[in-house]
Amino acid sequence: MAVTSSEAILTLPTDEQILVTREFDAPKHLVYKAWTTPELVERWWHAKRGQVTVVEIDLRVGGKWRYVMVADDGYEVGFHGEYREIVPDERIVSTEIFEGLPEGVSEQDAATVNTVSFTEANGRTTLTLLIEARNKTSRDAIIESGMEAGLQDALDLLEQTANSLR
Amino acid sequence: MNDLVRVLGITQPQVSKHLRVLREVGAVDMREQGRQRLYRLNGQALKPIHDWVKNYERSWSERFDRLDGVLKELKQEEEGDGGDK
Repeated sequence: MAVTSSEAILTLPTDEQILVTREFDAPKHLVYKAWTTPELVERWWHAKRGQVTVVEIDLRVGGKWRYVMVADDGYEVGFHGEYREIVPDERIVSTEIFEGLPEGVSEQDAATVNTVSFTEANGRTTLTLLIEARNKTSRDAIIESGMEAGLQDALDLLEQTANSLR
Repeated sequence: MNDLVRVLGITQPQVSKHLRVLREVGAVDMREQGRQRLYRLNGQALKPIHDWVKNYERSWSERFDRLDGVLKELKQEEEGDGGDK
C-alpha cells in the first residue's frame, strides 16, 4: 500500500454514484475551511482550467451556493445548489445543478446529491465526495462532461504546439 | 477466493457469482492450481472504463492539487498564530 496517497481515487459504487477519495496532509478543520470559505474555494475550484468568477456560500441548512468559472476559452460554466445537512468539520450534504444543461434535460433529473466527508487520522485528512445522480444517464453525463474538459485541454495543447512550430 | 471473501465481507457464493460475470466479460482471467482457482485482473479489458473516467478524475485531481497549496498556507498561518500566543 502506498503511504503517500495524494492521488485522487475515483470509483463508481453503483450505476447512479461517483465516489472521489483523496488524502490531504492537513487536519480536517483546515480542509473544511478550504472547502467552505469563498476566497479559498476561488483558489482551487478552477482545476487550472480557467478563472473562478463567482463563489457564493450560504453555509446553513436550506442555504444556497453557487460557483461560476470562466474557462480559458471564454466558455462560462456555473453550478448551484442548496445545503441539506451541515456538520462542521465533518460532513456536508448539498444538491448540485449544472447551469448549462442541454435542452430537454430537466434540472430535477440532472440534479445530484453530494455528500462530502472529512475524516482525520494522524493529522492527515481523508476527504470523500459521494455524488449521487437521479439515474445512470445523468451520472454518465457528468463523467462525460469531464471528458469534454479534458478534450479542451488537449486542444489547447495542440494549439500551443502548432503555434510553436510557426 | 477466500481472500476476496475476507476483504469484501460477502459470502463465498456471492463472490463466485461476481467472479463468474467478470470472467464472462473478460475483466478477469482464471487459472486452476491444484484445488485453488487463481484470478487475475485483465487490464486490457478494463482500459475503456479507465479511459472513460480519466478526464473527469483529472479535473478533481487538479482541484485537489490546488487545495494542497491552500492547505499548506492555512497550516503555516495556524502555526504562526500558535507561536505568537
